[in-house]
Amino acid sequence: MARFNETNLATAHEIIARYPRPKSALIPLLHLAQEQDGYVTDEAMRQIADLVGVTPAEVIGTGSFYEMFRFEPTGRYLINICGTMSCALLGASDLLHAAERTLGIHAGGTTADGMFTLHQAECQAACTEAPCLQVNYRYRFRMTPDGVEQLIDDLRAGRLDDEIPPHGTLARVRQHIPADRGVGAVDPDAVDGPPAWIPVTVEGAGS
Amino acid sequence: MSDYAWAPGFVAGDRPRIVTSRFEHEDSYTLARYEATGGYAGLRAALARPAADVHEEVRASTLLGRGGAGFPAGVKWGLTPQGVFPRYLVVNGDESEPGTYKDRLLMERDPHQLIEGCLIACYAAGLSRCFLYIRGEMALAQERVATALNEAYAAGYIGKNILGSEFSVDIVLHWGAGAYVVGEETALIESLEGNRGMPRLKPPYFPAAIGLYGKPTIVNNVETLSNLPWIAHHGAAAYTSIGTESSPGTRMVAVSGHVRRPGVYEIVNGTTTFRDLIYGDEFCQGIRDGNELKAFVPGGGSAPWFLPDQLDLPFEGRLVGAAGSMLGSGAIMVMDSTTDIPSAALTLTKFYAHESCGKCVPCREGGTWLMRILERVVEGQGTQDDLDLLLEVGGSICPGSMPHAASSELGLEATPFPYRMTTICFVGPSAYVPVHSALTLFRSEFESRVAPSRSKTRIPVTAIGGER
Ligand SMILES: Cc1cc2nc3c(=O)[nH]c(=O)nc-3n(C[C@H](O)[C@H](O)[C@H](O)COP(=O)(O)O)c2cc1C
Ligand code: SF4
Ligand code: FES
Repeated sequence: MARFNETNLATAHEIIARYPRPKSALIPLLHLAQEQDGYVTDEAMRQIADLVGVTPAEVIGTGSFYEMFRFEPTGRYLINICGTMSCALLGASDLLHAAERTLGIHAGGTTADGMFTLHQAECQAACTEAPCLQVNYRYRFRMTPDGVEQLIDDLRAGRLDDEIPPHGTLARVRQHIPADRGVGAVDPDAVDGPPAWIPVTVEGAGS
Repeated sequence: MSDYAWAPGFVAGDRPRIVTSRFEHEDSYTLARYEATGGYAGLRAALARPAADVHEEVRASTLLGRGGAGFPAGVKWGLTPQGVFPRYLVVNGDESEPGTYKDRLLMERDPHQLIEGCLIACYAAGLSRCFLYIRGEMALAQERVATALNEAYAAGYIGKNILGSEFSVDIVLHWGAGAYVVGEETALIESLEGNRGMPRLKPPYFPAAIGLYGKPTIVNNVETLSNLPWIAHHGAAAYTSIGTESSPGTRMVAVSGHVRRPGVYEIVNGTTTFRDLIYGDEFCQGIRDGNELKAFVPGGGSAPWFLPDQLDLPFEGRLVGAAGSMLGSGAIMVMDSTTDIPSAALTLTKFYAHESCGKCVPCREGGTWLMRILERVVEGQGTQDDLDLLLEVGGSICPGSMPHAASSELGLEATPFPYRMTTICFVGPSAYVPVHSALTLFRSEFESRVAPSRSKTRIPVTAIGGER
């Protein structure tokens, strides 16, 4: 499956409608594609290009700027081990080595069974809980090499399936703006006066 | 360890709390808990007054931006050009500066407080649509904010005619995809427009003039906005009665590294000293294993380093600036006597070199050069010449004198912040800052690592660029 399924296509249209310009939905739609397929396929990029009104080249040109998008098959679990200052000071490299040893791959690689991709990552905004890591962007704090081994074991055995969805899924709750409550995305060039709660000044300009 | 298992890292203590007041409740992120603890009272108070009055109240509170630059929020809102509409609010929830941990906690633990803050800002400054940009790697924060937005729409706090008033605004959740530089406000706007997140050329200096879709746009940090419900409810006078005149209120600070109790603390602004924070019983309780303090980074990875000489400075922007560094995003990283200084500098330089967006040559090339030279010094392959070369390459990113701390041992006087720079944003200089600090304050550790100058010709630097 590479094009959006019916549910996701509806979600894609809902997302696009929130922005005054459809191109703003580009990154959220790339996430949606990655959620559906585990990575961003060429076919998905072509469809996104059509949906937001840009060329496929722009989609990959923009998408490849951002580190979270993967353009090739990726492990069901992406393990990101933080290697920045606070974690480095407290043994981040031991975590990475433990993961490499346990998985039998180097950072950057994917296991042959397609279960795990391992990366060294950058500061995860959890520096007081160093050293830390994320599995599919879910945290593990104050980790030890033994803890890494145990985590991999648990993931492999499916013991964390409830907490950690497959790679590509971020928030499991989406925003929905109810039709009767939303103000709607207005074309910025079609607005020429102040919003209703801002009094128009003497010159008629609004403050 | 954390005071509350559900707020990892957070330590409450016995201090005034403005933005973390609900953290002891395990369900602090729900609308029910928020309403039961005074939630949305600030919004109601704001809507009862003309927008201009609310703006004036925030101006009077001297609420300083918490994203890094410390610019007063009320002043920033006033920089939008007269009569140009629509105006937008973009919330900067891209927290990724090394050492920084507070915005994620605020989004996960009290998303309604942030939402209420956004609503008050939009009302006061006449902003008709809000985009809440959360860092891509923060799945739980996205989930909590999405849930809170859905609840708040259903309850009539967001959308058309909020609480029966004329005030109508949508808040749209947006999320990134991994790029540190996107935290820079113009890069954030580019990213929100669906482009690569590269900072825009300045001028205009503020997106308040020309921002999202070319329209006036206010960019504010998550913590900045999270203060607004309290200010709108209790008033500017109550706010300025906490902290100091130039730095009122409270502030979130994360202290990490080699301390006994690393943590996120809400501190009284402007008066708490680095010694309090690192050694105080209610804070980090000293250096781990009874070791000595060697150095600390006072304001996130981009900030010049401090020595034990600076411990008695309060956590206050102007004083820290005069002492040669900055407070930035409220992140202290502590290094004890066991720290290998060149390696520590390398982890930071690597970060910024890696995160260069590539738009300016001094950052793109210079950052990589600094990283490569430092790597070979750390690996014991460098020479004396390399140390000078580091300063020379750094000088092409930041010409002139660099800020640094005073040292009684080295007989150094402080050079105040800021520096000059040849790049569009601070990523380029930030790759140089740790190198400069480490070399200035700990040169002997480098000298003992490198071979004497080999010859008059320098060893060429290989593999420049290529990698992003
Ligand atoms: C390279 C770079 C990264 C930044 N990252 C962030 C960030 O992650 N979060 C943030 O709020 N501000 C960040 N800033 C500061 C923003 O540009 C901007 O000043 C801030 O969001 C304004 O909000 P405030 O006035 O409420 O502080 C960054 C600045 C630079 C130069
Ligand atoms: S300084 Fe670096 S990150 Fe900033 S705009 Fe220039 S190249 Fe990009
Ligand atoms: S340095 Fe690892 S989370 Fe910040």
